[in-house]
Amino acid sequence: MAAKKKDAGSVEAGKSNAALHTELLHSMILQRRFEEKVAEAYALGKIGGFCHLYIGQEAVGTGCISMLRDDDYVITTYRDHGQAIARGVSPRSVMAELFGRVDGCSKGKGGSMHIFDRNVNFLGGHGIVGGHVPMATGVAFAIKYRGGNQAIVCFMGEAAVNNGAFHESLNMAGLWKLPVIYVIENNKYGMGTAVERASSIKDMYKRGDTYSIANAEVDGQDVLAVRDAMSAALERARDDYQPTLLEIRTYRFMGHSMSDAVSGTYRTKAELEEYLKRDPINILEAKMKAAGEITGAQIADMEKEIGVVVQDAWDFADASPEPPLEALYEDVLVETTSG
Amino acid sequence: MPLITYRDALNQALREEMHKDDRVFLMGEEVGVYNGAYKVSKGLLEEFGEMRVVDTPITELGFAGVGVGAAMVGLRPVVEFMTWNFALLALDQVVNAAAKMLYMSGGQYNMPIVFRGPNGAALQLSAQHSQAWESWLAHIPGLKVVAPGTPYDAKGLLKSAIRDDNPVIVLEGEMLYNLKGEVPDEEYLIPLGKAELKREGDHCSIITSGKMVLVAMQAADTLAKEGIKIDVVDLRTIRPMDVEAITTSVKKTNRAVVLEEGWEVCGIGSQIVDYIQRDCFDHLDSPVIRVHQADTPMPYAKALEKSAKPDLAKTIAAVKKVMYIEA
Amino acid sequence: MATKIFMEALSPTMEEGRLVKWLKNEGDAVKSGDVLAEVETDKAVMELAARGEGLLRKRLVNEGEAVPVGTLVGVIGAKDEDIASLVASAGPTKGSQTQDSRPQTADANATPAVAAPVAAAPAAPAVAATPAAPLTPAAQASPAANGGRTLSSPLAKRLADEKGLDLSRVSGSGPGGRIIKRDIEAAVASGSSVSRPASSVSSLKTSVDFQDLPLTLIRKTIARRLAESIGPIPTFYLTAEFDLQRASEMRAAMTAMGDDYKVSFNDIILKATATALAQHPEVNAHWLGDHIRLHNRVHLGMAVATDDGLIVPVIFDADKKRMSEIAIESKALAKKARERKLTPAEYTGSTFSVSNLGMMQIEQFTAIINPPECGILAIGAIEDKVIVAADGSLETRKRLRVTMSCDHRAIDGAVGARFLQTLRRMIENPLMLVY
Repeated sequence: MAAKKKDAGSVEAGKSNAALHTELLHSMILQRRFEEKVAEAYALGKIGGFCHLYIGQEAVGTGCISMLRDDDYVITTYRDHGQAIARGVSPRSVMAELFGRVDGCSKGKGGSMHIFDRNVNFLGGHGIVGGHVPMATGVAFAIKYRGGNQAIVCFMGEAAVNNGAFHESLNMAGLWKLPVIYVIENNKYGMGTAVERASSIKDMYKRGDTYSIANAEVDGQDVLAVRDAMSAALERARDDYQPTLLEIRTYRFMGHSMSDAVSGTYRTKAELEEYLKRDPINILEAKMKAAGEITGAQIADMEKEIGVVVQDAWDFADASPEPPLEALYEDVLVETTSG
Repeated sequence: MPLITYRDALNQALREEMHKDDRVFLMGEEVGVYNGAYKVSKGLLEEFGEMRVVDTPITELGFAGVGVGAAMVGLRPVVEFMTWNFALLALDQVVNAAAKMLYMSGGQYNMPIVFRGPNGAALQLSAQHSQAWESWLAHIPGLKVVAPGTPYDAKGLLKSAIRDDNPVIVLEGEMLYNLKGEVPDEEYLIPLGKAELKREGDHCSIITSGKMVLVAMQAADTLAKEGIKIDVVDLRTIRPMDVEAITTSVKKTNRAVVLEEGWEVCGIGSQIVDYIQRDCFDHLDSPVIRVHQADTPMPYAKALEKSAKPDLAKTIAAVKKVMYIEA
Repeated sequence: MATKIFMEALSPTMEEGRLVKWLKNEGDAVKSGDVLAEVETDKAVMELAARGEGLLRKRLVNEGEAVPVGTLVGVIGAKDEDIASLVASAGPTKGSQTQDSRPQTADANATPAVAAPVAAAPAAPAVAATPAAPLTPAAQASPAANGGRTLSSPLAKRLADEKGLDLSRVSGSGPGGRIIKRDIEAAVASGSSVSRPASSVSSLKTSVDFQDLPLTLIRKTIARRLAESIGPIPTFYLTAEFDLQRASEMRAAMTAMGDDYKVSFNDIILKATATALAQHPEVNAHWLGDHIRLHNRVHLGMAVATDDGLIVPVIFDADKKRMSEIAIESKALAKKARERKLTPAEYTGSTFSVSNLGMMQIEQFTAIINPPECGILAIGAIEDKVIVAADGSLETRKRLRVTMSCDHRAIDGAVGARFLQTLRRMIENPLMLVY
């Protein structure tokens, strides 16, 4: 039996480790099954455009987001479905958005890359690499401006780290001391370019030193390790308005987008298979089974329940109407009510 | 009525709106300690403190994005670009983020943000510092673009821009900051999207905005001495454009000159001429003529620069041409 | 439960994929995620993965074949599972390639038992053509000048209209002699006799002279398809006049036998055409860009006018149907067409078409080919005509003019003419239709 150490965040939430781990496992499996369904829908032409899956990286989003309070903020890239679900955006509204339907969280106007949900402070998936990093910095500025003690977590791929917007943002966050947690999800490839072919340094987290920002490297396949790192970062943000840069190392099990082969051109099948052995869901399941926190039968039940949720999301999306053509001109500008 | 400069009119607008609404803050290079590169923000740091008058590093893309993020969660940033030439570095945030956030979030996140700063040429600043960007910005659905030409308009339009719940671009003019005009003591707003007929006449319309309003007024004065009466239509807001004001004037005068600061190709004037040909075809007694900057980068040498810019003489010549008057 | 394997959209812009290589054989065990095949998309060669477990029961697409996204390319199922209905259900969503692209024999008798009809025509509603009167553009009010164009500003034109001035008699003071506002004012002030005659054409410019109709979807489809046809298809026309005396007598005799035996002239023509086509697969053909497909089965399209426009329902295997069956089926299809109840399966897949405007007293016309078909027959009105008989005497006989439009890429003049000869024999000797 492992030591009775309480996991990060469990004390505040008043939960046992087992309950906490079950929730994390549930969220990750939900994201996985949801996106497998997305891949199927994409293949059948239900979903169009660019579609980037999170499969393999679930522990990063789940670990970070599970540590947040409701009044904290999340902002991310176009690889956003998994994190949206981790944050509590309903699978129905995400699927309907992917189907381009009126019940989508962005009314079918945004699609896969632009999942937004004001109800859970999910500030969007953004399509320009690095473009949302200054926005995250601005949200942190607003938190400090108002004297609040929330935080914002900003996910980005490791390729964004070479972008000017990243450096400009970290400079201001370090200079002004803003409550932002920049999370580099290092999945080793910016589309098809290996990190060592794009970055002058191998350890991305060290970029934080340049801007006087606390930084750390984290195992992104271990959701509990992610939570530990996030816990420390949140403490810095809430107590001292201090930013943090986390480099969370992970791997995407799918191609960059749906039009990209899983392996072959820029990464080998052997490498992929090596990483598949470190599936974040299997890692957590194994830990929980070893600690006697869950049984195979319970996992099977969970899978069954999630299967129903995911099918329901599909059915809901499929039944939702297409946006009416009048919607084309709606939401370009808003009627000004203040002033 | 007090006579104050365009610069002070903008300063008053900022001060009044910051007093009125504590969500409003000013951010940009040199806006605080230095009191503004063009002194538009003079005294504001002292009055409102460094959280609301924020000096930034020279990092246009970064601080424009900070403004966008702050606007997403309910603040009302006024982002100053030292000039719009530098704002090119920030256009990803203006075009890809601010202009589209409402639309791509399905109406969830509007953008109450102002991007402002001087636009177009001053004197002998040469190619990189002398560009008029209105057609670039007005091209983008999701933005509003205003270009005040007088101190009165500068104050009224900036106040309305700050209160607007959408991203508004305010194009000022370095050569206008010292321009004096009457500005009343009592508060007023100028609605966005409405042009003003700055001068009435029935021989020819001059349609213009921003810095060129002054040139149009001088042309109207000069031509009046020859008995030629000009309708001067000041657009005030370039997007959304007050098309009705344009066509009403052209239908009255049957002749139009479009005067703009920027380049000819795909300029704002192209769009204005399109509205005129669509709505006033049977009313035109001559082709519309455009007066604009020469189709070159801005030169440094004095004589070359003068020859490149739209000015009074070119405007008068254009009016005479559409009126079939031999020069 | 069996799992269907579809051609998947493996890139955002992919519309069809070429199955490069099957990596599993029929009967191989597969599990979810296994790579079944390599597929060439518009961008790259991608892997098509299994979405179910079991045995690869059926491969429905051959290596090297390209099929549209969504096409059923195979079935995964348990060892003993019955998948026949799954395979059969693939029909409508399936591209034509899996069956029709196999090498075909030109021998009309060599295919006694082919599979169910496979729609080979594009999915868009097939429409045939009749010569429609184009909308006449509104007459222009521009004044006619002596020996050329009068230059004037739009305003001057309008003022001249309002004041009833003839612009050709006004001299222009603008550049190049352009008449401008001041010239009109001067003309009015001078009171010169430049007024236009009373029969001014300007009254034509009012809106009662034309009506703008919005384009319905079917009208747009007609426009697109017809333009496609008349553009790239080098068409020629063969006109022949048939003697319908015997057919007319036969019809009269059948009508006299009672309603059960009543057939229309159109039914006789359809039956004759179908029978003739069966003997001339060279005109019962599709032009498919890189090849010509000669059809051994005759699926005859019949153009039907509806309130929405033309549509061409299909009488499948028309050559094998008795005249009474054709009569019933053509009537039913025409009714469904007018009620807009045709399903796509009922209006796609024709191999040759017939358009008949005889009932509207059109003596003769040319119809536009409904691609990828290579021919269409335009049927005119049956008329009593005086002709010189073989013995030199004059007699009045029922005559019919038909015009066949032929796609010259597939059909040469003599080929089309031979088909018309056969058709003539059929129609002039209607007993051949029951032979």
